[in-house]
Amino acid sequence: MSGHDLIVIGGGLVGSAIAWGARKAGADVALLDEGDIAFRAARGNFGLIWLQGKGVGVPPYMHWSLRAGKMWPTLAAKLVEATGIDIGWRQPGGLQFCFSEADLNKRREIVARTQADGGDIAIEILDRQALTGLLPELGDEVVGASFSPADAHVSPLYLLRALQQAFQEAGGLYRSSFSVDRIVPSGDSFTAFSGERSVTGKRIVLSAGLGAARLAPQVGLSMPVKPERGQIVVTERMKPFLPYATNCIRQSVEGTVLLGSSHEERGFDEGTDVATAATLCKTATRVFPRLADANVVRAWSSLRVMTPDGLPVYEESSDYPGAFAVTCHSGVTLASVHALEIGPALAAGTLPSEVSSFTSDRFNVQAS
Amino acid sequence: MFKRVDAASVREDEEHVLTFEGRAISFRPGDSVAAALLAAGIADLRDSAVDGKPRAPFCMMGICFECLVQVDGKQNQQACLTQAKPGMTVRRQQGARVFG
Amino acid sequence: MNGEWEAIVIGAGPAGMAAAATLAESGARTLLIDEQAAPGGQIYRAIERNAKNVRLSTILGEDYARGAAAAARLRVSGAELRFATAAWRIDAGVEVWTKTEGHVERLRAKTLVLASGAMERPVPIPGWTLPGVMTIGALQIALKASGLAPAGRLVLAGSGPLFYLFAAQCLQAGTDGMVLLDTAAAQNRIPALRHLPSALRGYGPRYLWKGIHLMAALRRSGVAIHRNVSDIRIEGEERATAVTFVTGRHTRRIDCDIVGLHEGVIPHQQMARSLGCSHDWDAAQHCFRPRRDRWGETTVDGIFIAGDGGGIIGAQASIHDGNIAALAILNRLGRLSAEERDRRYRTEARARAAHLTVRSFLDRLYLPRDEILDPADDTVVCRCECIKAGEIREVASTGCLGPNQTKAFLRSGMGPCQGRMCGPTVSEIIARSTNQTAAQTGYYRIRSPLKPVTVGELAAQFDREQQNDR
Repeated sequence: MSGHDLIVIGGGLVGSAIAWGARKAGADVALLDEGDIAFRAARGNFGLIWLQGKGVGVPPYMHWSLRAGKMWPTLAAKLVEATGIDIGWRQPGGLQFCFSEADLNKRREIVARTQADGGDIAIEILDRQALTGLLPELGDEVVGASFSPADAHVSPLYLLRALQQAFQEAGGLYRSSFSVDRIVPSGDSFTAFSGERSVTGKRIVLSAGLGAARLAPQVGLSMPVKPERGQIVVTERMKPFLPYATNCIRQSVEGTVLLGSSHEERGFDEGTDVATAATLCKTATRVFPRLADANVVRAWSSLRVMTPDGLPVYEESSDYPGAFAVTCHSGVTLASVHALEIGPALAAGTLPSEVSSFTSDRFNVQAS
Repeated sequence: MFKRVDAASVREDEEHVLTFEGRAISFRPGDSVAAALLAAGIADLRDSAVDGKPRAPFCMMGICFECLVQVDGKQNQQACLTQAKPGMTVRRQQGARVFG
Repeated sequence: MNGEWEAIVIGAGPAGMAAAATLAESGARTLLIDEQAAPGGQIYRAIERNAKNVRLSTILGEDYARGAAAAARLRVSGAELRFATAAWRIDAGVEVWTKTEGHVERLRAKTLVLASGAMERPVPIPGWTLPGVMTIGALQIALKASGLAPAGRLVLAGSGPLFYLFAAQCLQAGTDGMVLLDTAAAQNRIPALRHLPSALRGYGPRYLWKGIHLMAALRRSGVAIHRNVSDIRIEGEERATAVTFVTGRHTRRIDCDIVGLHEGVIPHQQMARSLGCSHDWDAAQHCFRPRRDRWGETTVDGIFIAGDGGGIIGAQASIHDGNIAALAILNRLGRLSAEERDRRYRTEARARAAHLTVRSFLDRLYLPRDEILDPADDTVVCRCECIKAGEIREVASTGCLGPNQTKAFLRSGMGPCQGRMCGPTVSEIIARSTNQTAAQTGYYRIRSPLKPVTVGELAAQFDREQQNDR
């Protein structure tokens, strides 16, 4: 039965990056996406490409993330070349602020463990004096920070737009309002159904975040993901004052200032609450007291896709070869490797060896 | 480009004066800052934070957020929702808010 | 006072004033808040202050003067009134977060009446963002609140009752050389006639007569009126200096200093949407309206909507709407028997209905042109973020089937007004270019804060909650 080479279920940051990468590698790809009101973790992403401290204690994840960081400039360049869209990628380096010596010591430990694991990333600890040299307006409560020139930030929404546009302009088929309710494997192909409509392909990737959990068992995969709520608060546009990416505040290319994010277990509740917004604002004023007069124009939340250990899943189904699962909560940081490595690999029906340890059977080990 | 319809019966007094970009503007009790500026023939109140073009009050009821001005040092105040007060210092909002 | 209110009413226009007064008169612990400095909403703006201003009262006319009684009733009703107070977040249950002069407060109530009324339908035409271009509602507010009438070369462009009313008020105020561009589409007349029979019932003839009287006065005055006007464009660099338009087979240009635009009013949806109230598309009024039962209760328990915020009904009907919501609430609070509630309801509902007989005729006669609802590519739609209609069509063609995806990709609706000015147009453009119904397309997701609160105000709230926890 003829059909596509690859079906990608889920048009978020993960699915769109994979779809584009596979298409560029020459595969005939269909990207199936939901409608206007969907969980869309991409919309809640703070926009950091955050490498310092990533994967400490889990070398494969550290190295995978650092690889992603190194490939980001290539991704950004290719996207602007393909679409003309400036996705707001900037690599000014990132600061993680500390409000106590204990916090600072924790960062020192992270630096040490990163080096011990052979992480190829420069991270330095800045004391208050060094920090105020970079940020004269710094609040009194900040005692220092860890800084890495590798950290960057981007507009997650422009990134998603650019990936989808690049995909379509490269000849990929994008179907929106196509919420897949079942997958039927048959011999050498898979058919994804949305009501009466269907799409068939030789291989299929489930990258639909929280929506994938119920589809996974249909192709012999396991994606035990749970929602974790993150709230973000954003101000009106401001003239540029903060060039660095930071763990709690960043200024977008348009000038708006994002304050984030929270980590909450609220099931599938995408609401916002004042207490959390207040906490985010409190942190912001501790770092930059003079941010107090800025107007907050919106607060929103979305649901991160969390596996039991917070690490990604990259896996091929053993019962149904050709069916793959990909999920992570760092859809922005990993967008580069998803587009430039995972996508092309899946077009050829494989996954790269760097991700071989990210299978879901590790969760069974934990459970037993 | 506005005139007071009851100019004959209502006098302006010396007390109700604010400044706009350093210029003294008379107003009446009950005027919003936007009304006071329109009455004084001020054409535009700010430059857009997006394309830098001049903007002026549009809806006069707090919905459009076009009438943003600086009032007594506070940036991005909606002039149509701010009561004009004697001695107020009002300035144009030149594009996006300046940090601090 | 601390503790819980029995009812909070948001908005002090005709519906809000009536609801609060009816509630308080029956002993309900009632709080009315409004972000303006005094009661009246927009239609009765500055009604108390203008009571002694003979000149202004004459210009504004007797319909406006009627608002004084509503304000007076409110003042003696026993309702607690807080002005210059904006609600920036509402949660079912009910919790209302307010802001007054930089001071943030959380209020609790058993029930809520949203009476935030209407807003002008956006009129996206080329040049509408230029200084000197305002809504006719805005010009009327300047008149009511500050006694300001347009001087200089005034062009009023639009249609509907407010268009004619304001033109007449400008004449009374002595505005010379005004030009009226009546955009009412001639092709609306015959379909509108179908609704004329029902408009002859109830108070319909009264409203019709007022309209006829107004238009006759305008004609008699000799003011320049162009009819069946389309393709309006406003020109100018730093401000509006000229208007071009098509009438009949001619394109004309006139110089101007002020342009007033008006294509009817629509419910102001922000609060209801933020609460998650269900909305339905009203084809006759060409807008979304919140779904309510006959008491005005929305699909969210304990949240009532009264007045134009529930669908455009006008000031008089809004008063009855406010009373009706109050009756339902009083019964729920145990302050009014079901029999008494129903008895009073019948009176209010009859009066309300009598004021509404003319609506379907007016709605059809003044249905805006497609070029207003679905503007050309080079027209700015999102004023805050400078996004044009063509950009919206472009992302819709690549699979953005709804306004929230569009917002995510283009930033439309992300500026300070949070989608108030562009929401209706963005939804319309997407619906038409993707061949979906309005209901299928949907609307922006609206979140708090509904009005700006500062980072510092929220940080102070954190401090307050820390203290309370101790």
